[in-house]
Amino acid sequence: MSLHVQITHPLGRITLDVTFDATSGLTALLGPSGAGKTSVLNAIAGFLQPARARISVDGDVLVDTARGISVPAHQRRVGYMFQEPRLFPHLNVRHNLQYGRRFATNLRVSEADVIELMGLAPLLTRHTSQLSGGEKQRVALGRALLSGPRLLLLDEPLASVDTARKGEILPYLDRLRAELRLPTIYVTHNMDEILARADQTIRLVDGAIHS
Amino acid sequence: MLTAEDLAIVALSLKIALAATLVSAPLAIAISLLLAKRRFWGYSILNAAVHLPLVLPPVVTGLLLLRTFGHRGVIGAWLESTLGVVFAFRWTGAALAAAVMGFPLMVRAMRLAIENVDPKLEDAAASLGASRAWRIVTVTLPLAAPGLVAGMIVAFAKSLGEFGATITFASSIPGETQTISTAVYALLNDPAGDAQAMRLVWVSVIISFGAIAASEALARRARRETR
Repeated sequence: MSLHVQITHPLGRITLDVTFDATSGLTALLGPSGAGKTSVLNAIAGFLQPARARISVDGDVLVDTARGISVPAHQRRVGYMFQEPRLFPHLNVRHNLQYGRRFATNLRVSEADVIELMGLAPLLTRHTSQLSGGEKQRVALGRALLSGPRLLLLDEPLASVDTARKGEILPYLDRLRAELRLPTIYVTHNMDEILARADQTIRLVDGAIHS
Repeated sequence: MLTAEDLAIVALSLKIALAATLVSAPLAIAISLLLAKRRFWGYSILNAAVHLPLVLPPVVTGLLLLRTFGHRGVIGAWLESTLGVVFAFRWTGAALAAAVMGFPLMVRAMRLAIENVDPKLEDAAASLGASRAWRIVTVTLPLAAPGLVAGMIVAFAKSLGEFGATITFASSIPGETQTISTAVYALLNDPAGDAQAMRLVWVSVIISFGAIAASEALARRARRETR
């Protein structure tokens, strides 16, 4: 699987101008806050309509402003783990996990696999308010995986988790990477947590890629 | 104790208020969603039209209903000739008047509840593959449910107490359109009606307490469920 991204979009006083390809494996998108990292993810996921862009997954066009194409967010099949877990507060853990399943066309993992992979078995009947920050992030990641995504976008998945808990999530990300081989874009401003794991690193400063 | 006549008046009032609330709720939800989520040409006109009964004197609203839904009204005449549906001076007319008067209150509460649902959760649902309609049904409306129910209770309470538009459009015909409000008004003009008027007053006080207690209980339950 491969993702092609080409975006030009004004963001306040800077202009986001990025072009990159990501293949199976982990692409780390690094840079200080305000560099435009989340905007790149939002443009890929369909929550930001860029001024000019061409984004495709395996040749399947998601956005092509030159041809007036913009696939709606819900049809892009892009798994997005936001900075905050955004779990549905009216559903328990199991129902959160199952939310996207009805839309998954070719699910590569079973619900049981994801529960096992993310260590969620003891949490299934819990209410989302009864989860720790790290547990919430694991449920959010599991929920994204069960929607049958073609690629994964992780926006600072460890930002809302305290340092002690980071060790609780990183092993799950490693297992995910080893077992599912989904192209993954991992946004962070903290290089340590990800550099050793990344297959490709992209540094974004003021909207532009610095090599 | 309540007489059979008192009970009939109370039952008719409850029937009218319940019908007004239940029939107008789906439309109120649809309009609240539209006002909360979309900006379109005619937005301000729709918004003003919804709020009009809140601002207009109720008698004026009743008169407008009579001109529109009465026997010779634009819509009323058509409804009567094609579907055989008559509103004027029937209990259905009292329900229509109550629904129109309660509608702005229902929409205000519902719209606020819908606007309070975190759009980030709706985006999360979209990223999982949910279409706009499915997001509304599975995320927006369940999370707004306490506010939707609160809106219905407020509208129900308003319907129960509605007077001006009801008496203008549906009159106060015992057994057909006479509600607690219009009955109390009629009894005030009757020297022997004092005792019955007071009985009905007590009934409305008790119903009001019940409605408020029910809405509080529902709100508490909803808060527990979404926490």
